Amino acid sequence: MTTSRALTFADLKTGMYARVTGVEENCLESRRLQEMGFTVGTEFHVVKVAPLGDPIEIDLRGYRICLRKRECACIELEAIV
Amino acid sequence: MVGNPNAGKTTLFNALTGSRQKVANYPGVTVERVSSQMRLGDDIVECVDIPGIYSLTAASEDERVATSAILAKDNPPDLCVIVLDGTNLERHLFLFTQIAEAGLPVVIAVTMTDRLEAHGKELSIAALSAELGVDCVAVIGHKEKGIAELKMAIRRNLREPKRPAYDFGLPEGLEAELAELRDRLSRLGVDASLGEVRHSLYQPTEEFSNFLRDFPEVSEPYRTAREKLEAADLLRPSLDVQSRYKWAKDIQERVVTRLSDAKLRKSRTDRIDQILIHRVWGLAIFIGVMYLVFQSIYTLATPVMDWIEGGFSWIADTVSPPLESNPDLKSLIVDGLIGGVGGMLVFLPQILILFFFIAVLEGTGYLARAAFLMDRLLGWAGLNGRAFIPLLSSFACAIPGIMAARVMPDAKSRLATILVAPLMSCSARLPVYIILIGAFIEPTYGPFWAGFTLFAMHFVGMAVAIPVVFVLNRKVLKGRRLPFLLELPPYQWPKWRDVWLAMFTRGKVFVKTAGTIIVFMSALIWALSYYPRLSPVESAQILKVETPEDADKKIQERQLEQSYLGRFGKAIEPVFVPAGFDWRISTAILSAFPARETVVPSLGIIFSLGNETDAESADLRTAMQEATWPDGRKLFTVWTAAGLMVFFALCAQCMATLATVRRETNSWKWPVFMFCYMTGLAYLAAVLIHQLSRLAGG
Repeated sequence: MTTSRALTFADLKTGMYARVTGVEENCLESRRLQEMGFTVGTEFHVVKVAPLGDPIEIDLRGYRICLRKRECACIELEAIV
Repeated sequence: MVGNPNAGKTTLFNALTGSRQKVANYPGVTVERVSSQMRLGDDIVECVDIPGIYSLTAASEDERVATSAILAKDNPPDLCVIVLDGTNLERHLFLFTQIAEAGLPVVIAVTMTDRLEAHGKELSIAALSAELGVDCVAVIGHKEKGIAELKMAIRRNLREPKRPAYDFGLPEGLEAELAELRDRLSRLGVDASLGEVRHSLYQPTEEFSNFLRDFPEVSEPYRTAREKLEAADLLRPSLDVQSRYKWAKDIQERVVTRLSDAKLRKSRTDRIDQILIHRVWGLAIFIGVMYLVFQSIYTLATPVMDWIEGGFSWIADTVSPPLESNPDLKSLIVDGLIGGVGGMLVFLPQILILFFFIAVLEGTGYLARAAFLMDRLLGWAGLNGRAFIPLLSSFACAIPGIMAARVMPDAKSRLATILVAPLMSCSARLPVYIILIGAFIEPTYGPFWAGFTLFAMHFVGMAVAIPVVFVLNRKVLKGRRLPFLLELPPYQWPKWRDVWLAMFTRGKVFVKTAGTIIVFMSALIWALSYYPRLSPVESAQILKVETPEDADKKIQERQLEQSYLGRFGKAIEPVFVPAGFDWRISTAILSAFPARETVVPSLGIIFSLGNETDAESADLRTAMQEATWPDGRKLFTVWTAAGLMVFFALCAQCMATLATVRRETNSWKWPVFMFCYMTGLAYLAAVLIHQLSRLAGG
């Protein structure tokens, strides 16, 4: 069973699973992230949060990417419990 | 050769063409378009390696280089070899959809299939080939596996190009609109692919809109098409990306089969990462690794250094006797050339050890982790983790570091990275540190502190870089930033061939510098310090006053003082006295502005000119330890040595770097700015250290 609640990247913690629910249109940052695989409906796993709280490492579509939480504000998420 | 960053393009390129381009395990190693010839039977084909890209919408400079090579209208590629990482097919296929859309002929090379097997998965090349409608070949670049097949496929496709099947499950209704628009455009003489028309619908460029204004017969249907799409909620770029990914995922599911449940087990990379990027241990290990690198540079190289030093004094001893009849020539060869070049080559072992470590760290994939760990620190200064890699390369040499700044996502961060890259302590500074540490730190404090000082000197540049970037961002480089994205590649054993290649290439550059610039500068400095000769009258006077033992030394000192170099040095001495440097050090510093390596031979010539050339007295360290001010005080204290090292750590003494900055920024403004701020900082820091040490009673 999966329940969901709305999230932003800032709420992500090590070990969490989340799904992309919405993306900002016509925004360069958001386009970049989508091209890297953060499209609506994509599920991913937070592997690690860096020692100082940022950046975070994410397991997405079978590869690892590291990005800064606050630079991903253009993407809306929900948690997968 | 097109593909995502870190897909293995360059390894494959090297295997195909026999080139020796640099390869490493992190995204963004290739930042330039590199071309080389490949032999295909009787034909010779020009093969071009371009920087890795995630999509054809270029953001950073290296991506622009890549996309302009792929989409060149006037000189399109005859064939795109798309390099797909078999372990990460989904994202790599996204790029494939864009290239297919551009209508280019394609051959696919699938890399990392060995790693896929290790994950317990199998990829069917035949199925992939059928799905994509083009030839696919599995390759393992560093083992030369599949290279022959790839060459055959390339040859076949150059004769009979295949364009990929073109159905990406685009939103319904879009295709018809596009085809109609394309036909209308082609009637106007505009030859555009469906993909280009589609892009112009989503994100019309200004140029295109201006063009349309002149042709109402196209702009009208164009506008209605846009409106129709908008009404149907299809005019959203996100849907486009989404449908491509969906297509890619479907393909991946059809061609990759899982053989076992190996995935459930934690991967090796995960287990290593648990420690290496751990909250506490990660940073500790990072500092430990860096410390180990510099400590071993200092300790491991010593025996080899002694051996090289011995070799050069043997050469000096051998060539001296036949030259006794011509003292001028003897001095030029022994003091000038052998002293200068030998003084330089002694540092070859250190340079090789440094490059060994850098190549190993690059090869394993640890560098990307280090970038992950350091991102927050760099973020405070206004840079991001991506800057870490150009900056770390700058520890070897600022020039590749400055080039690597092309991976920065936007122009402002790129410029900021370029401007601080030369503050990182490059390998040319190593000899200066080694000499001064060897002469003034090690004898007093022992090898532990010597290694520590070397480590600390490499921190000085970093420590200064952070406030510099901070100020630059506030004052000079205001502007919008793009997000920081960095792929973390799986760990792998470094390919020893690549490590060896990196050491060899850099060693060659170093020896070449020693053979050209250093020979020239050594001869020049020797000449300036050897002429004019001291008048016989004056040397006779000195001989009369002093005891025979002291007289020799006195004569040499007087000679140097009244030489061209000495007069020049005396003239500029007042500038450097606040930093505790006398005219000899000042002269050496000035001689090092074209290339900082020169300072060691310069010091060598200045401090030991005319001395007996047995190994003992030729030793620059001893000469510097014994040097005094005219009033008899020691010239060098520990603090003078520290000041001089810091000066070298910060000063912009490298013409080649400034020329590279000029080329990369396309303006003289930034190299001039760089030179002024770095030299200014260096001078201030040296003065500060000297004055503080005096206050502290030093």
